[in-house]
Amino acid sequence: MRRINPAPLFFLALSLPAFFFSELSLHFVVNEVIIRIIRDSFLVFALIIPVTAGMGLNFSIIVGAMAAQAGWIFMLDHKVAGIPGIAGAAFAGVVISVVCGYAIGRYLNRVKGREMIATIIIGILGAGIYQFIFLVGYGTFIPASNRELLLSRGAGIRNMVDLAPYRNIMDRLLLVDIQGIQFPLFMLMLTSAGAATLKIILSTRLGQKFRAVGADRISAELAGISTDRVRVQAIILSTVFACLGQIIFLQNIGMVNVYTAHMNSDIFSCAALLAGGATIREAKIRHAILGIILFHSLYIVTPQAGQNMFSNAALGEYFRSFIAYGSIAMALIINIRHEKKV
Amino acid sequence: MKKHFPPLPQMIIIFFILALLIMALKINVTASSIINDLIVRLILNCILVVSLIPMVNSGAGLNFGLPVGAVAGLLGMVITANTGGKGLSGFIMSVAVSLPFAVIAGILYGRMLNRVKGREEIAAAFTGFSFVSIMCLFWVVAPFSHPQMLWILGGTGLRNTIGLKDFWGKSLYNFMQFRIGEIIIPAGSIIFISAILLLLYIFSKTRTGMLMNAAGENESFARINGVNIGGMRILSVIMSTSLAAAGTCIYAQQYGFIELYDAPLMAAFPAVSALLLGGSSGKRIYLRHALLGVVLYQSLYLLSLPVANMLLVPEMAEIIRIIVTSIVILYALAKKSDQQGDSV
Repeated sequence: MRRINPAPLFFLALSLPAFFFSELSLHFVVNEVIIRIIRDSFLVFALIIPVTAGMGLNFSIIVGAMAAQAGWIFMLDHKVAGIPGIAGAAFAGVVISVVCGYAIGRYLNRVKGREMIATIIIGILGAGIYQFIFLVGYGTFIPASNRELLLSRGAGIRNMVDLAPYRNIMDRLLLVDIQGIQFPLFMLMLTSAGAATLKIILSTRLGQKFRAVGADRISAELAGISTDRVRVQAIILSTVFACLGQIIFLQNIGMVNVYTAHMNSDIFSCAALLAGGATIREAKIRHAILGIILFHSLYIVTPQAGQNMFSNAALGEYFRSFIAYGSIAMALIINIRHEKKV
Repeated sequence: MKKHFPPLPQMIIIFFILALLIMALKINVTASSIINDLIVRLILNCILVVSLIPMVNSGAGLNFGLPVGAVAGLLGMVITANTGGKGLSGFIMSVAVSLPFAVIAGILYGRMLNRVKGREEIAAAFTGFSFVSIMCLFWVVAPFSHPQMLWILGGTGLRNTIGLKDFWGKSLYNFMQFRIGEIIIPAGSIIFISAILLLLYIFSKTRTGMLMNAAGENESFARINGVNIGGMRILSVIMSTSLAAAGTCIYAQQYGFIELYDAPLMAAFPAVSALLLGGSSGKRIYLRHALLGVVLYQSLYLLSLPVANMLLVPEMAEIIRIIVTSIVILYALAKKSDQQGDSV
């Protein structure tokens, strides 16, 4: 029997009153939601393949996000501007992501059954190594050619790096304005292309293997699928998607908070996916898109709603981070219980 | 009889600490200041690390939901400070007030963990995160009135950090404190912490304590022998949560500040890492593992500070701590899976 997942309804039930009390215009919210779809869709897509392969929510997508930031910094360091810079950053990021994804996948094969907690800690480790490279390494054992990026002490990248040479280049391509609502068509096409790529990957033989491994690892192994290999491939693809996602995200924002931009990308992406009705066993592209719309509508309106209802904007901000953590906690508890009954 | 060599990761850490120690002494950090700082860091963290033990031994896993207990401790302290608790009695009262909250939170948290048996760690981590974030809402709206705890502007909502200088900051540390040469011996803190450890040791020798350990070591065997596994697990979660609350009170007392809002969010990871560094090789963790672990973990952090400052990159100590913390946990997770043989 098909059960209806209550998560989207719950988010809708929260967003509508919050929108009403926030007194924001519908135009503003729609514009913001379109921007969020563009910014976050790849990061959320990145979660779908590991869920399909039965590995749960991949919190180590922040490693992919950090790879993207490393790509940007390399390009800024070598002063490659414009479209070649974007392409170069994406290429460098993808290379790093493939290497990291392979390592993460190999490790996760050793901790089957507790992948999710492992990916959280891998994310923390990744952040530590990332800080070591960019806060300690740059300017000391890694030569920096663009001194403007460095902190005044001569070692370490500055906290905030401007992406002015790349800012919104892609966003402005084919920008269409319909009655005050802006549709950056190129970016929407890119998002659709990402969704289509994911769809194609999932419908190839590899995608069938992901599903087989996700449904039952032992039977898949008996059917001649090298499950360990498939799981590594799932994580590599996930990390690459996350990397491309962060490239898009940062080019839209137009600057890099070098040491904080990747933080929470995992939590918010997971919460968005779950808000769309995905579970830790099943996630589809429509869950991702619906989830981003629902989660981010709520995300956009809560601070203002908190300001108007309780004259305290911080309240709305704390509320939305509670919603993010809480929806993941609920999904985990409900899913694990449900899994045990089966 | 096995040889009593520490396992490889511990050996590496010990050599690393020795190397740091030599470097630190070379740059004129005195041995006595290292010892004094180490004692302070042990007081700060010891009970938080020990708080993980009951849950591991009852089979409820590593308590990544430690922030649940930490928040109960914060609540106890804020209530005590609001009613004007001062000095050593204020500190004792803060522990006493936080315990009922820790017990209630522990019962609910324990019941939740019983429902997710086998996958406790990830569920616990997110329960902790959610609890910290919902309490952020509470800190903003809670009806506290002491002016030293509220934001100066606006007058509503608790501050991020509340200084305990005018309340009970360092009261336990200064109680019965004496000096041997350059070394400060905070006898009050040592007695208080030893008393908690002794109580835990005595508990593990009681019938209930033994049943609890039996539930963790061999669940099906314990069940056949009529042990109420679910009940034992909940009891262990209550103990862990209460200890975490007490540990947080000790931490704040020693540190001199109550840190609210996001501060306890990641509190579980260093504690778990320190516990694992103690190197227990089985399902059972003893107090000595936790104590060895916390000594190693804290000396590593402590000694990397002056060396990092010498290299003119002060963030280095924190970065090393993060990397070591996560590698130790990842290593232990992989080793545990190897033992259980799920890596088919």
